[in-house]
Amino acid sequence: MSTHTLSVLVENKPGVLARVSGLFSRRGFNIDSLAVGETEHPEVSRITIVVNAEDSPLEQVTKQLNKLVNVIKIVELDAATSVQRELLLVKVRAERAMRSQILETVQLFRARVVDVAPDTLTIEATGTADKLDALLGDLEPFGIKEMVQSGLVAIGRGSRSIAGPALRTAA
Amino acid sequence: MNRPTPEVLAHRPPGVGATVAAQPSAAPAASPPPPTSTTGAGALVKSLEALGVEVVFGIPGGAILPAYDPLFDSSVRHILVRHEQGAGHAATGYAQATGRVGVCMATSGPGATNLVTPIADAYMDSVGIVAITGQVPSGAIGSDAFQEADIQGITLPITKHNYLVQAAEDIPRILAEAFHLAATGRPGPVLVDIPKDLLQAATQFSWPPTLDLPGYRPTLHPHGKQIREAARLMVGARRPVLYVGGGVLKAGAARALRQLAELTGIPVVTTLMARGAFPDSHRQHLGMPGMHGTVAAVYGLQKADLIVALGARFDDRVTGQLDSFAPNAAVVHADVDPAEIGKNRTADVPIVGDARYVIEELVGAVGAEHAAGRRPDLAEWWSTLDDLRARYPLGWDQPADGTLAPQYVIKRLGEIAGPEAVYCAGVGQHQMWASQFISYENPGTWLNSGGLGTMGYAVPAAMGAKVGRPDATVWAIDGDGCFQMTNQELATCALEDIPIKVAIINNGNLGMVRQWQTLFYNERYSSTELGTHKHRVPDFVKLAEAFGCIGLRCASASDVDGVIEAAMAINDAPVVVDFVVGKDAMVWPMVAAGTSNDEIMFARDLRPNFDEDDL
Repeated sequence: MSTHTLSVLVENKPGVLARVSGLFSRRGFNIDSLAVGETEHPEVSRITIVVNAEDSPLEQVTKQLNKLVNVIKIVELDAATSVQRELLLVKVRAERAMRSQILETVQLFRARVVDVAPDTLTIEATGTADKLDALLGDLEPFGIKEMVQSGLVAIGRGSRSIAGPALRTAA
Repeated sequence: MNRPTPEVLAHRPPGVGATVAAQPSAAPAASPPPPTSTTGAGALVKSLEALGVEVVFGIPGGAILPAYDPLFDSSVRHILVRHEQGAGHAATGYAQATGRVGVCMATSGPGATNLVTPIADAYMDSVGIVAITGQVPSGAIGSDAFQEADIQGITLPITKHNYLVQAAEDIPRILAEAFHLAATGRPGPVLVDIPKDLLQAATQFSWPPTLDLPGYRPTLHPHGKQIREAARLMVGARRPVLYVGGGVLKAGAARALRQLAELTGIPVVTTLMARGAFPDSHRQHLGMPGMHGTVAAVYGLQKADLIVALGARFDDRVTGQLDSFAPNAAVVHADVDPAEIGKNRTADVPIVGDARYVIEELVGAVGAEHAAGRRPDLAEWWSTLDDLRARYPLGWDQPADGTLAPQYVIKRLGEIAGPEAVYCAGVGQHQMWASQFISYENPGTWLNSGGLGTMGYAVPAAMGAKVGRPDATVWAIDGDGCFQMTNQELATCALEDIPIKVAIINNGNLGMVRQWQTLFYNERYSSTELGTHKHRVPDFVKLAEAFGCIGLRCASASDVDGVIEAAMAINDAPVVVDFVVGKDAMVWPMVAAGTSNDEIMFARDLRPNFDEDDL
């Protein structure tokens, strides 16, 4: 099993997310993370899906995805040739005595404090899953009260866009 | 905006799908007619008319009611069925018999959910139908309103695509898209769910609409390099087989297939979904492969060194235990659906394309190989296969208890009604015998529920087929179990002047299940006795008469021909024949579920002796 990141361009229509996610569950795949948003073309949304799968079942599910009428294009982005980011918001217990240590960790990871309360700090960080895991590891001893993570989003490196001619005529 | 190319729209031969495929891409030279004011319901019915729909099978109800008002005045014939499942299977039977898109209509909630089985059935067998359902008014959606069901969500995994209409002005475009999707590429069911308020809303109707399907681009023309590679394998193989599936019929490729078969001399097997794609009388035809296939067809695939799969999908009922299926065969797999290629069996030469184009191009490429002097000698292969055919022909034993043999009834039915008739089977033993013992010579003459295995398919599907092909004799061959699931459509047939003929192969039991109980459950017949023999409940002759049909009964071999001929002579009413047959007849040959095709049994306790030294 290995992790794969799929960028799926879909028509921005009601129910498309259900079609895509439903297909994964029906075919027995567990989605590790999923993020949806608009693209440079308002009629097109981009779904980034991270799945753990062997190559050959993944090929099958990709083919099935391609059969969905609302799916325009699927591209697999690998970590080496794409920029991949997740967003993390984490609320850490922060008694006055611990604050400076926490802020040091925040700086080390180039994260930001976005909310301050008498006994907690809320920290925002973006990065790869590895970096965010490391940050969480460092924050753990202080006491994590709450955390929330976005799905991974990814974009290919270099000047090329995955929106080919087909997409430009679509939009 | 993506528009389908004229090629996409016109890839089907005349009469196969093309008549209903919307032609919106053909930029009209003259300006299109100005939009007319109407309601959403009016736009729906006008769209159906513009799409060339001749018949809709359905039942009205609250949410779809607005559509039935303009339908009342329309050139589109509405056939009022007795159960929505009947409407769905009728649309499927119509589509399978004619190659056109079948249409069914139902109201929201239970009307729509009653369509689920036929939609799933059409999905598994890749049949192009459009199901139109009413939905509760848009404002009530999600409120658990009376007769509300999320039919779009429910049918998500069993439709090629589905729609919940959001605005009345979208109705013509969505209908055109639905028909286009249903008929092209790999055909399949498309559902269009329309909220009642949108059917009532004022809107403008103009035709043709522009299709908006940027993500739908079926590949129809195969890659030349793959075709040449396939041809190279075909002339180099010593034990090749053409494994023909339903895609060949859907593509209208039967003639091309015959050309390819005769050019190459390669043996042909036709799956349950492809019966009629290649004449049964043809010398190169080995019959049906799979669980109840002929020994020659099963063996042919199993020992092949090359399998050329054309519009077939390596279904488990064909391959048996997948790991041991055709272990030494290279595979050329051609299908219009790329997701089928490599799904179950790795393809050495994958070819994505419409079966007709694929086969026509293979004919050319094989011809080029022949011209270059590469031509295989298949004499040894054929002598092995001919020997098997001679030693293990399809047949049956007369029942020891003196009862009527079901196989005999079906064989005589096929001989008397002939190869121009349309045969439509339910699911079970009678289906297998109907596939085995009737000689299919023409495409579109064998309809059945292959993938889903839907008991109850036969009567409504035969009704749809008869509506689509009123001049053909249409026989439903049904079991007594299957028949009781959907026989209410006999009322529809009687009142709508649809004179189908139904042969009930009445063995008093759920026969196929009973066969498995005989073979695998120590003859413990748990819940398979239906009482149609023991108690004659129901009495099928009286039931037929109650439905306004003619009922006949036959219980002895000497009466079979006479009863069939009597049924054939009646053309002004539906006929139901209760063939009372023995309960112990079994379908042979058989590859038990989950076992290897090598373990095929020719009859109980009789395994063919494949002379391994020959191979």
